[in-house]
Amino acid sequence: MSSPEFAPWDDPSAQPLIQFKNVTKRFGSFTAIDDLAVDIYEREFFALLGASGCGKTTMMRMLAGFETPTSGQIMLAGQEIGAVPPNLRSVNMMFQSYALFPHLSVWDNIAFGLRRERMAKDLIKARVEEMLRLTRLEKFSGRKPHQISGGQRQRVALARSLAKAPKLLLLDEPLGALDKKLRQETQFELMDIQEKTGTTFVIVTHDQEEAMTVASRVAVMDEGQIIQIATPDKIYEAPNSVYVADFIGDVNIITGTARPNGAQQYDIHWSEGHAPLCAQSVSTFSDGQSCHLAIRPEEVLISAEKPENADNTMQGKVLDIAYLGNISTYHVELPNGTVVKAQIANTRRISRRAFTWEDPVWLSWAASAGVLLAK
Amino acid sequence: MRRFLLILIPYAWLLALFLVPFAIVFKMALSDIAVARPPYFPQFDWAEGIWVFLAELDFENFVWLTEDDLYWKAYLSSLKIAAISTLLALLVGYPMAYGMARAPEQWRPTLMMLVILPFWTSFLIRVYAWMGILSNEGFLNQFLLWTGVISAPLTILNTNWAVYIGIVYTYLPFMILPIYAALERMDGALIEAAEDLGCSRLSAFWLVTFPLSRPGVIAGSFLVFIPVLGEFVIPSLLGGSDTLMIGKVLWEEFFSNRDWPVASAVAVVLLLLLIVPIVLFQRNQQKQQEADR
Amino acid sequence: MIRMSWFNTVSLTLGFAFLYIPMLILILFSFNESKLVTVWAGFSTKWYKELFQNEAFLSAAWVTLKVAVLSSTFATVLGTMAALVLVRAGRFWGRTLFSGMIYAPLVMPEVITGLSLLLLFIGIGLDRGVLTIVLAHTTFAMCYVSVVVSSRLVSFDRSLEEAALDLGCTPLDAFRLVTLPIIAPAVISGWLLAFTLSLDDLVIASFTSGPAATTLPIKIFSAVRLGVSPEINALSTLMIAIVAVGVISASLVTKRQVLRRQRDVQAAQ
Repeated sequence: MSSPEFAPWDDPSAQPLIQFKNVTKRFGSFTAIDDLAVDIYEREFFALLGASGCGKTTMMRMLAGFETPTSGQIMLAGQEIGAVPPNLRSVNMMFQSYALFPHLSVWDNIAFGLRRERMAKDLIKARVEEMLRLTRLEKFSGRKPHQISGGQRQRVALARSLAKAPKLLLLDEPLGALDKKLRQETQFELMDIQEKTGTTFVIVTHDQEEAMTVASRVAVMDEGQIIQIATPDKIYEAPNSVYVADFIGDVNIITGTARPNGAQQYDIHWSEGHAPLCAQSVSTFSDGQSCHLAIRPEEVLISAEKPENADNTMQGKVLDIAYLGNISTYHVELPNGTVVKAQIANTRRISRRAFTWEDPVWLSWAASAGVLLAK
Repeated sequence: MRRFLLILIPYAWLLALFLVPFAIVFKMALSDIAVARPPYFPQFDWAEGIWVFLAELDFENFVWLTEDDLYWKAYLSSLKIAAISTLLALLVGYPMAYGMARAPEQWRPTLMMLVILPFWTSFLIRVYAWMGILSNEGFLNQFLLWTGVISAPLTILNTNWAVYIGIVYTYLPFMILPIYAALERMDGALIEAAEDLGCSRLSAFWLVTFPLSRPGVIAGSFLVFIPVLGEFVIPSLLGGSDTLMIGKVLWEEFFSNRDWPVASAVAVVLLLLLIVPIVLFQRNQQKQQEADR
Repeated sequence: MIRMSWFNTVSLTLGFAFLYIPMLILILFSFNESKLVTVWAGFSTKWYKELFQNEAFLSAAWVTLKVAVLSSTFATVLGTMAALVLVRAGRFWGRTLFSGMIYAPLVMPEVITGLSLLLLFIGIGLDRGVLTIVLAHTTFAMCYVSVVVSSRLVSFDRSLEEAALDLGCTPLDAFRLVTLPIIAPAVISGWLLAFTLSLDDLVIASFTSGPAATTLPIKIFSAVRLGVSPEINALSTLMIAIVAVGVISASLVTKRQVLRRQRDVQAAQ
């Protein structure tokens, strides 16, 4: 990343491009968006992440103008746009199905929006060619959508929605229809194009890896509300709730009661017959408050001997091993039946078979490894 | 506003040219024949007001329909002819649909086209084609005499048999297409599974293929039965004077007897007769759609 | 490849023989020298010549064509609108009645439709002629068109229209530039269906036509009531030929398009 770091959300003087002010959207008795407030800044690559039905698509469709909010305001560059029809907004959308017009060539698809603006012919030509170059589609301009591959179709959809140089580009599961390998390549292409054009992107996805890869900030949504908005690293390392911790990546959750033990230090009593766990936390918990300790599997160490100087140690036996090539995940069962996952990078071939099923092993982690969550 | 116009135009058209005419038929069915122009009574008169007009209406025509046995015989005979010809169409159409569904895949579009092609050619011409074949000196009798199967020509034209043949011939595509659609999407592995589990070819057909094609059979049967009930052209060209069908009776009541009120009453009763099969058909289609989902 | 069983071969052969032999005989005897339609007396095209000199048939054919073109065009416009209402308009007052009025004419006996329209035309004092037949045919054909078009609209991807709006189209432009070109095949087949139904119709036309406007089916019907005639055979042959050429070439064009599309899609992968 080049310096200074791009972080307008930390700058109190920055003006947001988009503001949701207490927006609620109901369909009959179903509340899709519940009193939502969020600011999105210019040049941001903002990801809305959530399971299907969480309201992320409704939020995007309100930005595009296909739905109007039941209450609240949506501002774009200081102007309220809640009631502006989609054809009069300088917002464009890339559809999940791509929605390429099957009866028009690639060229005509990209030129479609420009022609609606009654732009001069030579300007249209120049702009379409620029878009074709940007998305590396020059060779396919004369083809119809069914004559090109899925990845090319995705790029046509992107070129078409970018052609009008919108203030805001909405991407609805833009990579959902591509296979895994192509998806990863395309993610970087997308970031590249976003940087080159300087357009603000809002992407909707249910794929947490995709959101983490492309976005400058991620909003995790559930039941019409935003649970957490943060940069990808903060979302992963400092989730604000069990829901977010569980949604992003793999996690062990241990539930117990907290007991303060020094500055920002807590003992967690979680099971009869087990020693209390030791954890650090910046947020404060009262004595006896119930809490959840979230530890990523890669933070849990696994060893044959009891490790020295570890904050937390416990013994168990290997229940299952998932070998994924670069890493292995061990499922270790504790005497009380709890299963804890531990992940080891397979750096050396020789260590691959260090433990096998039913082996007794020791698990350990540092007090600072986990995050203590109230809910 | 745009949406309002989009709804209003076809809505108004259908109200004016479909629903209002029906209301007129109902009203006419309650009027009486008169030697006048137009030949019915009462005429609506603004001066007398609506109540005087309504008081003149009665159910006499419907009473008449039950008293003269021509009408109920015609209704019964229409039902009989429709039922028999539906059954015959099923007997002819099922093996064809089955053969099409089992034909090599690259032939199927051609076979489909061959079934649909007659549907696009004039109905009247297709009925007419049989007039030359079924007459006493017609092609069929010549052929049968030549082969020696019969020694004297058969009388087929102007009997109910000619009507059955004509109906089966003209309505066959309606029977074949739904059955074919049901058979064609059936998974071939089902038959193999049935045979693997010990069925003979024939019992596999009865236990697997036929039950799965039943929605198609039901749809096809209704698609033949419903329009045949009100059929006019076939009985009047191929049938004899003793072939009674309600569509023909209605036509003659209107054009020959100029008894508009009775013709309207016949139409109303025919409509009531149609409601049962139409509702059953609708239910079958709905069940199909839900099963597909 | 699966071999056809003898049972299937026999049933298909007999079935198609049943469907096609009557028409072949009809065509064959249109070239018969003799006035008798059942005895072959040598090849001749004289019935065709006679047909083309028959003023009554020619003028009936002209009326029929006029009615068919007008009514199928109106029916296509109204039927497409009705299909849009059925699939898109959502809930509105009297929706059940509306869809009932669309589906009812499909199962309504023609004698009833004809009778009811005639009573309407007499009731409002409209003189029977080309106009009344066109009104009648438009009404029942629009229902067929709307069924054909709405079955296409149901599977139409709404996001295509949304994309058009998103790119700056007004709703009307989106329909004209995107929806209509894509559903065009269904609209065209709806028009063709309406056209054939109108060409074919005897019963409704008999009720709604006046002495001034006689259509071809009415003419044929009154002629064949008196028995078979080689002239009618000649006329039928011409009508069958036109339809056969139309249907076969349409299906060949569709088949070629489907094949080309498959090839394109494969090549693109």
